[in-house]
Amino acid sequence: MSSIDAARPSPTPNAETKEFWVAAARGELLFGDCRACGEKHYYPRSICPYCFSGEVDWPATCGRGTIYSFSVVRRGNPPYVSAYVTLEEGVSVFTNIVNCDPERLMIGQRVRLVFEVSHSGQPVAVFQPVDSC
Amino acid sequence: MTYPDAYIAGVYEHPTRLATDKSVPQLHAEVAAGALADAGLSKRDIDGYFCAGDAPGVGPLSIIEYMGLNVRHADSTDIGGSSPIAHVAYAAQAIAAGKCNVALITTAGRPRAAAEAPGSLTEIPDYPESGFELPYRPSLVAGYAMCAKRHMHEFGTTSAQLAWIKVAASHHAQHNPHALLRKVVTVDDVLGSPMVADPLHRLDCCIMTDGGGAIIVARGEIARALGRPRVRMRGFGESVKYQLGSHIDLTTTAGLKSGRMAYEEAGVGPQDIRYLSTYDSFTITVLLALEDLGFCAKGEGGRFAEDGGLISATGRLAVNTDGGGLCNNHPAHRGGMTKVIEATRQLRGEAHPAVQVRNCDLAMAHGTGGMLDRRHGCATIILERE
Repeated sequence: MSSIDAARPSPTPNAETKEFWVAAARGELLFGDCRACGEKHYYPRSICPYCFSGEVDWPATCGRGTIYSFSVVRRGNPPYVSAYVTLEEGVSVFTNIVNCDPERLMIGQRVRLVFEVSHSGQPVAVFQPVDSC
Repeated sequence: MTYPDAYIAGVYEHPTRLATDKSVPQLHAEVAAGALADAGLSKRDIDGYFCAGDAPGVGPLSIIEYMGLNVRHADSTDIGGSSPIAHVAYAAQAIAAGKCNVALITTAGRPRAAAEAPGSLTEIPDYPESGFELPYRPSLVAGYAMCAKRHMHEFGTTSAQLAWIKVAASHHAQHNPHALLRKVVTVDDVLGSPMVADPLHRLDCCIMTDGGGAIIVARGEIARALGRPRVRMRGFGESVKYQLGSHIDLTTTAGLKSGRMAYEEAGVGPQDIRYLSTYDSFTITVLLALEDLGFCAKGEGGRFAEDGGLISATGRLAVNTDGGGLCNNHPAHRGGMTKVIEATRQLRGEAHPAVQVRNCDLAMAHGTGGMLDRRHGCATIILERE
């Protein structure tokens, strides 16, 4: 896990999301998986946003995925990469790509889950290229 | 389908683009007075009021008090920058339901004078999604940029094609004395401007301005007595799109649904639309709207816009003939108001002669508000000259 990034704002866990953030501290990224309709979702909710069932599991992703789209935010100091990553489980997450050369990133590129520590010390899920450049 | 017997009877766009010496409530009142004067009505005639989140105070309450309005119907639905477009339809519906006779819609703000950055909506830490987005330093422009990047990946769209959207806006803005940017730019100018968030350059982004605008929607018998050109709403659609994680799609907008609803209600199709006002927060916003509103097939937006495709008179479709949010005006970070105003000018034959569409009898105003990648709302109205 990287050192604390003062520029990375922290989430504010609430009664519903506390489990998600505790898992993140263990190095797991959870997503919603509905037992009633079979649809997966992210960010995870207690009520399925597809069918409104309360039978929602929050499994952990295997952490492997590909870049669906990304953008290098040039105004960042230093510039940083905003991205959507599609996980092998079929769920896409809004995240950052880290530990990479932004100029060499491509849509479809394989990435893996890592964690970075946000301002408060809470780890948050980010991704880095599998063949780290 | 019976359309509400209600008309856009007055419009006004504030000429200022930098309101250093004015307050936000003052701007709301000034645009209201301007639209009333355009309609030939007075403040006493207003009995309905519509605003969005740019109106300071709880919903519509403070501005109603500030202006001293006596209303029996008020609505502060906020779907981002597309709100005023929806408000025109809501006003017509309220008039049809007998809830009011003369509705006022205002948008105003002074972000430029206040040096405030757009996208501050994302900085609120207790939205349901906040914890899952704020740690990643979401950037408004990067969200739109990711849609553009994906569109390029799937359809081969190029930065030069996107740049043509800005070039067309600048061709129109040169004729607008109030436009913030009146200089005609080239594709090379856009591509040579600094990269903000790949693949969007600085000139792919809308401007930031102060000011605002207002619309008066009046019951038919009132509008007919005014002796002004009348613009009637023929169709309306509204939709919200978001990502739930699975089935991600960044190349289609809520405009696909809102547009279909509006066409269906109006009984017309894209081939009937003579002029299009469409929200241009970024060049990609226009490109996706052209596709989703059926002016071209999905993936063809770049080819539709390139080579001056959106320039009035010589292009395929006249789009944003006031110069749009890319060159003319984007007051309060909300582009919906000016979209309705320029569509109304076109239908009245009051656009600048250099950009006026001949025989403009049917126009569309379309808005895309919010964050294109994460969640946004679209509103589409089809307007007719009577």
